[in-house]
Amino acid sequence: MSYNLKEVSKDIRCDILRCIGHLGVGHIGGCLSVAELLAVLYFEAMNIDPANPKMEGRDRFVCSKGHAGPAVYAALANRGYFDKKELLTLNQGGTNLPSHCDMNRTIGIDMTTGSLGQGFSCAVGVALGSKLEEDGATVYTLIGDGESQEGQIWEAAMFAAAKKLDNLIAFTDYNKFQIDDCVAKVNDIAPLAEKWAAFGWNVIEVEDGNDVEQVSEAVKHAKLGRGSEKPTMVILNTVKGCGVQWIVDLGAGNHNCKITEEQAEEAIRVIREEN
Amino acid sequence: MEMRQVYASCLAELMEKDRHVCVLDADLAKASGTRGLYERFPKQMFDCGVAEQDMASIAAGLSSYGFKPWIESFTPFASRRICDQIAISISYAKRNVKIVGTDPGISAELNGGTHMSMEDIGVLRSIPGVVIFEPVDAVQLRAAMPVLNEYDGPVYVRLFRKELPDVFEEGYQFDLFKADLLKEGRDLTIFVSGFQTKHVLDVVPELKEAGIDAEVINIHTIKPIDRESVIASARKTGAVLTVENHNVIGGLHSAVLEALAEEKIPAVAVGVPDRFGEVGKMPYLEKVLGMTKEDIVAAAKKAVSLK
Repeated sequence: MSYNLKEVSKDIRCDILRCIGHLGVGHIGGCLSVAELLAVLYFEAMNIDPANPKMEGRDRFVCSKGHAGPAVYAALANRGYFDKKELLTLNQGGTNLPSHCDMNRTIGIDMTTGSLGQGFSCAVGVALGSKLEEDGATVYTLIGDGESQEGQIWEAAMFAAAKKLDNLIAFTDYNKFQIDDCVAKVNDIAPLAEKWAAFGWNVIEVEDGNDVEQVSEAVKHAKLGRGSEKPTMVILNTVKGCGVQWIVDLGAGNHNCKITEEQAEEAIRVIREEN
Repeated sequence: MEMRQVYASCLAELMEKDRHVCVLDADLAKASGTRGLYERFPKQMFDCGVAEQDMASIAAGLSSYGFKPWIESFTPFASRRICDQIAISISYAKRNVKIVGTDPGISAELNGGTHMSMEDIGVLRSIPGVVIFEPVDAVQLRAAMPVLNEYDGPVYVRLFRKELPDVFEEGYQFDLFKADLLKEGRDLTIFVSGFQTKHVLDVVPELKEAGIDAEVINIHTIKPIDRESVIASARKTGAVLTVENHNVIGGLHSAVLEALAEEKIPAVAVGVPDRFGEVGKMPYLEKVLGMTKEDIVAAAKKAVSLK
C-alpha cells in the first residue's frame, strides 16, 4: 500500500499542533521540523506492522532527540499504533505519551530517549544487535543539530563506523536553532557533512528536509548503503517550526513555546488550505 | 585465584551457555581480566575504546535487542562518569545491563586519587532500580555470577580485582537479596561489605577477649539492603558498627542507618572519612584513612560504650 506522503506529513503536522495546543506548551519547533521525515519512515521506508509492534526483525526507529516525542506519537497514531484520541493526553499526569520518548510507556517506541546524545549510542547498540542476529533489519535514528554538540554523539559515530554498521541510517534535523540561539552562534557544528565523512560515514545532504519527495529519495539512496560497510548520515536541512509562519518567526524561541488551542486550530486551518 | 580471574571464568561459562550474554569494554579488558575472552567469543566481546558513556548506552541498545550485556571499567568510570547513562539509558529505560566497576575504594592503590572511587555506591544508590552488589571472596562471586546474569535489570558489581582470602566455604548458598550471617553474637552487630569482611572476622576473638560478643553480617547487596536482617540483628544486640571501603557518606553506613532510622540504636562507622583518596598501598591507605583492624576494634568498643 502506498500513501500520499505529502498529505501524511500534513496530518502529522496538524496532530502535533493539536496535541501541543491542547496542552498549551511544548517542543513545537523541533517536532514540526521532522514531520516529513516521520511520514517517509513510518509510511514508506520502514518494515513495521502496527498490529504487531514487537514484530521480530522489524526496522527500528530511535528518536535520539527525545523531545520530538509528540511528533513520533502523531506518526504512530496516524499509522494505527493507537487511537488518535490518545494524542490529547500528551503530558497529562498518567499519560502514555510523555514529552520524551519512553519505550516502556508507548506502543511502537523502540527506545527511551531524552538525555541528549544517549539515544544515538543506543541506536548503535540496536544496530549492532541486529547485525549479530542477522535479521536484516534497518535501524533508523534521528539526532538534533544542537544535540550534535554532545561528545557522546561522536563517540558513537566512531564506534558505528569502526564496526561497519551499514544497517544504520541516521538523520540530523539541521534546523539551525537550539534553545539559547542559532547553532552557529552558540557552538557551531559546521561543516557538518565533512565531519560525518571524516568519521567514516556515507553522507547524504538533503537541500529541503521539509520536502517529502526529497526526503523519500534520500532514504531510498541511504538504503543502498547496505553493503558499503559504512553507516549513513542523512543531513536534513529543515526549518524549525516548519508549516506555521509565526512559530518559524520565533526562531530559537520556538524550541519550547506556548500555543493556545485557538492558535493551533488556526494553524491547522492554514495547513489544510495549502496545496 | 584473583577475583578478576574468577569473574572472567564465570563470564566465559555464561557466554558459552547463552550467545546473548555479551561483554563491553572501554579499553580496560586487560584490567578486568577479560582480554583473553576476545578470541574465544568474537561475537560476544566488544571493545568500545575509551568511551564509557557510549559503552553504557550501546549496552542499553543491545539489551533492547534481547542481549544480556555486561559493561566493565574501573569503579569511578563505571559509576560517576556514566551516572546519567546508567540513570537514563539503563535504569529509567529498564534495560538489563550489568555494570562492573573494578578496583573499588582504596584497592585502586597506585592509581591514586583520580581512580579511587569513594563515592560510587552513594552516586548509584540514589538512582532508582539499580541493585548494588559487592562480593567478599571468590566463593561468593562464583555463586553470584549466574544469579546476577539471570536477574532482569541493572546491577552494579563492585569488584575487587586482586586475590582475596576465602570467607565462605564451597556449597555456600547465595541469595542476592539476603544478607549473610557469618557469626552470631549478643553485644554488637558489625555490618560489613567487601574485602573488610575478613578483617572483621579476624578481630572477633580480640573483641571477645574485651568482653564484646560481636555478631557479624555481610551486606553483599547494599541496595536494596536486607532491612529485615539489619533491623532484627540491631534490635537483638543494641549496638551497630558498619565497616566499608567507601565514603561513610552515601555507602553502607548510610544504607544501614536509613534502615534503622526509627530505632534508637547507637551506630559507629569505619570507612573513608569524607575525603578523596591518594596514591599508596592498601596498608598505608587503611592507616591514613582510619580503616585498620585496630580502628575496627576501637570503633566496636565505642559502639558498645554508647549503649
